[in-house]
Amino acid sequence: MPEAYIFDAVRTPRGRGKPDGSLHSITPLSLSTQVLAALRDRNGLDTSWVDDVVLGCVSPVGDQGADIARTAVLMADYAESVSGIQVHRYCASGLDAVNIAAAKVMAGEARLAIGGGVESMSRIPINSDGGAWPIDPDSALKNYFVPQGISADLIATLDGFSRTDVDAYAVESQRRAARAWKEGRFARSIVPVRDQAGNIALAHDEHMRPDATIEGLAGLKPAFQVPGEAAFDAIAIQRYPQVEHVEHVHHAGNSSGIVDGASGVLIGTKEAGAALGLKPRARIRGGASIGSEPTIMLTAPATVSRKLLDRLGMTPGDIDLYELNEAFAAVVLRMMAALSIPHDKMNVNGGAIAMGHPLGATGAMILGAVLDELERTGKGTALITLCAGAGQGAATVIERV
Amino acid sequence: MRNFIIETDADGIALVTFDVPGRSMNTLSDAVIAELPDLIETLKNDGAIKGVVLCSGKASGFCAGADLGDLGRAAGTRIAPPPLSELFRRLEVLGKPVAVALEGLALGGGLELSLSCHYRVAADSPKVKLGLPEVTVGLLPGAGGTQRLPRLTGVAKALPLLLEGRPLDSAKALALGIVDEVVPAGETVAAAKRWVREKGDPVARWDRKDYRLPGGLPYSAGGMQAFIMANATVRKRTFGNYPAPENILKCVFEGVQVPIDAGLRIETNYFLNTFATPQAKGMVRSLFLSKQALDKGDRSAKVAPPAGVAVIGAGMMGAGIAYSQALKGINTILVDVSEAAAEKGKDYARKLVAADIAKGRTTQAQGDALLDRIKVTADYAALAGADLVVEAVFEDAALKHEITRRVQAAAGPGIIIGSNTSTLPITGLAQASERPENFVGIHFFSPVDKMHLVEIIRGAKTSDETVARATAYAMALGKTPIVVNDSRGFYTSRCFGTYIYEGLEMLMEGIPPALIDNAGRMTGMPRGPLELTDDVAVDLTVRIAGQTRAALGDAYQARPYEVVLEKLVDMGRTGRKAGAGFYDYPAGAAKRLWGGLADLVPAAPATLPDVAVLKQRLLHRQALEAARCVDEGVIADPRAADVGAIMGWGFAPWTGGPLSYIDGIGAVAFVAQCDRLAALHGDRFAPPPGLRAMAADGGGYYAALDAA
Repeated sequence: MPEAYIFDAVRTPRGRGKPDGSLHSITPLSLSTQVLAALRDRNGLDTSWVDDVVLGCVSPVGDQGADIARTAVLMADYAESVSGIQVHRYCASGLDAVNIAAAKVMAGEARLAIGGGVESMSRIPINSDGGAWPIDPDSALKNYFVPQGISADLIATLDGFSRTDVDAYAVESQRRAARAWKEGRFARSIVPVRDQAGNIALAHDEHMRPDATIEGLAGLKPAFQVPGEAAFDAIAIQRYPQVEHVEHVHHAGNSSGIVDGASGVLIGTKEAGAALGLKPRARIRGGASIGSEPTIMLTAPATVSRKLLDRLGMTPGDIDLYELNEAFAAVVLRMMAALSIPHDKMNVNGGAIAMGHPLGATGAMILGAVLDELERTGKGTALITLCAGAGQGAATVIERV
Repeated sequence: MRNFIIETDADGIALVTFDVPGRSMNTLSDAVIAELPDLIETLKNDGAIKGVVLCSGKASGFCAGADLGDLGRAAGTRIAPPPLSELFRRLEVLGKPVAVALEGLALGGGLELSLSCHYRVAADSPKVKLGLPEVTVGLLPGAGGTQRLPRLTGVAKALPLLLEGRPLDSAKALALGIVDEVVPAGETVAAAKRWVREKGDPVARWDRKDYRLPGGLPYSAGGMQAFIMANATVRKRTFGNYPAPENILKCVFEGVQVPIDAGLRIETNYFLNTFATPQAKGMVRSLFLSKQALDKGDRSAKVAPPAGVAVIGAGMMGAGIAYSQALKGINTILVDVSEAAAEKGKDYARKLVAADIAKGRTTQAQGDALLDRIKVTADYAALAGADLVVEAVFEDAALKHEITRRVQAAAGPGIIIGSNTSTLPITGLAQASERPENFVGIHFFSPVDKMHLVEIIRGAKTSDETVARATAYAMALGKTPIVVNDSRGFYTSRCFGTYIYEGLEMLMEGIPPALIDNAGRMTGMPRGPLELTDDVAVDLTVRIAGQTRAALGDAYQARPYEVVLEKLVDMGRTGRKAGAGFYDYPAGAAKRLWGGLADLVPAAPATLPDVAVLKQRLLHRQALEAARCVDEGVIADPRAADVGAIMGWGFAPWTGGPLSYIDGIGAVAFVAQCDRLAALHGDRFAPPPGLRAMAADGGGYYAALDAA
C-alpha cells in the first residue's frame, strides 16, 4: 500500500467572525481559492497531478454551497481534470478532509490530493444549514439533544473542573498563541489574504486577546446558564442522572472563537513527490474517526485517539506533541486527564480559544501548526484530534520524515 | 340521521344542527361518526344547498369531542378508530362554503370539526371554550388538529395549545385567528349565515397556491428556534414517559412542511402509533373514564349530602376543609380551642376569597356569602345542628379519642363523625365512640382546596350508611371519593410511603442522593423520594415509624435508614420547614443537596446502577404495595386504586395508576421482575399470593371490568 506524505500545509490568518472582521468582505470561495493558489505557487505544482481536492465545510449553504471545493478548484485555475468534494463532520471536517485525501493516496486512487477546509462564520453563521439532528423532534427527543456549550459545562461538572480551572487554561492558551506569533512560529504556514484590489486584507490572527487574565475572565457571565436553566440542563441530567445540577463555567473567553478562515494540506505518494520535485515533510501514519455519547458530545478525542494509537501499535507516551481543538477548555482538560498528557505536550502554541475555530477549516490548520512545531523543535510524532457535533471525533497521527 | 338536522333556508343555506338525542352534550360517538358520510354526501349533492352553517342544538356548546367511552375501548391496541380525519377533510373540500356557529364549548374533535370549516364564528360568552385537550389523556388530536391549528396560528402559537391542552375563550381565540369573528351570544348563526351569503369562500386557506405558514416553516430561523426549545421543554417535562406530546411535536414538524393531505396522513399515522401505547390506554381509562365514574359516585347508595358540617380543629387541614365546604354552599361550623384560634382558621378562607375577587374569579357578594357560611366558635354546643362532624385535629390517637367523646357529649351519640387522618387506623380511633358504626375516616389531602381526592376509610364497624354519607359529603365538595377498608396508612399513605422508603433503601446502598431523586423524577413521580421526605418532614417520617413500631411490636422490622433519619432530626435537619434536611434551602436560591449527608451513609459503589433499574424499583415497589392492598381487601375497585394513586400521591400518571401499570407490563412479567428484585433486595419485593395467582391464570386487574 502506498504511504501518504505531506508536502505542504498552509492556512489563512483567522479573521474575527463578525461584520467588523477583516475577512467579512472576502467570500469563502475567495479564501479557499487563495489557499489552493498558494499551494500551487509555493510548490510550483503541476496541478494536473492532483486527483482530488477535499474541503471540510460545516455550513455548506449560500456562499459555501454547491460543492465549494470544485468551485475553488476552478477559480484557482487548477487543471480542469481536478475534482473537488466538500465534506462535513462538524468541527472535525477539516481533519477528515485530510484523512480522506490521505486515504485516497494510500488506496492508490490518487497520486496527489489536497485536504483542507473553509468557513466564513461571519458570512454564513453557524447552524445556517439547519439539519434534523437538533431540530426534528424525532431526533432531538431520542438523542437528548443539548447545545454544545451545555455539553462542555456537563464535562466540567462531571470531572470537577472549576471556573478557575477552565479560565486558567484559557489564559495559558492566549499566552502561548501570543508567544508563537511573536516568535514567528506560524510564519511558514500563514498565507496572507488579499482583497478584491489585490491588497493584503489580513496577515495575522485577529481574534487573540494576549492580555487576558484570570481576574478579567472571572467577570464574564457563563454563556449557557440561561438556556441551561430554561430546559437543557434538565435534558443533560436525564442522560447523566448522577448530576444534581450543571455547573455553568464556559463563556466566550474559554471557548473557541468565531472566526473566518481556510486551510489546505498537499498530500501524495513518494513517487509523485519525486517526479514533481516536492520534499516530503511528514508521513501520515493513519487517521481514525469515532462516535461517542451525543449529549455530552465532546468526549471523543480521548476515545478516537486510543482507537488510532491501538491500531498503529502506539501508546500515548509515543506521541511528542498533541494538538486538540480547543472547542471548550473542559474538552482539553478532560483529554489531558484521560490520557495522562502533560500540558507541555498539548497545544503548545495555543489554540482556538485564542485564535478562533473556523469550523470546517480548523482540522487542517492545527495539523499544519503542529507540523511546523515538530520541525522547529526537532521532534518526531504528533497526534491531531478534534471533537465533533452529535458525539464524534477524528484523529490523525503524523510523523516527520 | 338521528344526530343532525338539516334545514335549508330561502338563500340555499343549509343549517345543520348537531343534536345528539338524550344527551346534554354532543360528542363524536361511533353512532355520530357513522352518520357523517351521509351528512356530507347530502350537503354535497343537494343542488338546492349553496352553503352550510353548522351549529349545536345544545345549550352547553357545540361538541365536547370524541366519546372516550367509545374511542377508549380500542386504546392500547392497533385497532384503528373510525376515520374521522378523512371525513372532516371531505367536509373541507365539499366545494361549498361551510361556516360554524359556536355558542359554547368546542373541544377536541369538536374543535377539529370547527377547524375543518371555512369560517368560524364564536359567541362573546363565557361558555365558549375552545381547545384540544387530547394530550391530557395520553392522545393527540387525530382529526386534523395538529395540522390545521398551526396552519392558522403559526407553529410557535399552536404548540402550547396542543401540548398543554388548555382551552381558550372567544377573545383569545380571535386574537390567535382560531375564530374569524366574535359576535354577541345568540347571534352566531346569523353571522355565520351572513358570511356564507356575502363572502362564502369554499376553499380553505391552506388549499390556496399563495398560502404561507404564519411565522415560517420549521427550518426557518424562527422555526428552528421554536422547535429546539419545544423539543427540550417537552423532554424536560415528560422524561420520555409520554408518547403523546412527543408525537404532537412530530406531527407539527413533519406535517407543516408538506401539503395538508400529506400532513393529515402523517397525523393519522402518529395518532395510531400513540393510540396503541399502554400510556394511551391507561390515561384514557384512569384520568377520564374511571375518574368520571368515581365522580358520579356510582358505587354509593343515594343519600342526601349534608347541609351543615362542623369541622373540629382550625389548623391547616381544618381551615382548608372549612373553605372547601363553604365554597360548595355547605353551612360550616369551625371549632377550635378558642374563638381566636378558630378565626385564624377562617382567615385562610378570607385570603382565598380576597385572591379570587382580585382575579375576577368571584364577586364581592359571592365572596361575602361564602365567608358568612363559616361560623367560628370554641363552644361544642354549636355542634348540635350539624349533620356531620369532621375532626381534623393533630395526628394523635389520644387527642382524637378525646375529641370524639366531647363531640358525642355535645351532639349526641348518633352524630356521624369523620376523622381526617392520613395514617391512624380508623378502627382504633372508633374505639372512643359509643357508636363505632357512625365513625368513618375521611382522609383529605393537603392543600385541601387544591387536592381533589378524598379517601374514605371504613373501620371494622363502620356502617354502609355512614360510608354512603361520607361519600355523599365528598361529592358535595366536588371531590373524587375512593372508599377503602381500614389498614395502617389505609391505601394512599401506605403505598406512598413505600416510594420514600425505597429511596431511603437506595441511600443506604451508597447510591448518590442526586441519582436517587433524579431516578424518582424520571419515573414520572412529581418529586424524588428524598426531597419528598424533606417536604413531608423528616421528623414526621420518624414519628410515623415510631407509631408503627409501637403498634406492631415484635413484628416490626426496623430498617437501617431509620438511624440516618433520627440523626438528621437530632441535628435539627427536619426538612424543608427547618430550611435543612436532605437538602439545604438557601434564601433566594435553589435548594441543594446537603454535602454532610455523605458522612451518614455508605460510600458510593464503584459502578453506579443503571437509572432504569432504580426507576423500576421505585415504581414496582409502589405498585406491589397497591397489589397487596387489593390482596388484603383494603381496596377492591381497580379504578379507585388507580385514580386514588394518581390524584392522592401523584403516582406516575402516564401509567394510568399502579394496577394499570402492572396490567400494562403484564402480570406474568411483573411477577417475574418482582421475584428477581426480591432475590436481590429482600422480601419487600415478594409478590402477594393473589397477584401470583392472577398471573398464573393469565388475568389482569381490569379483566373483569373490561369483560363487562
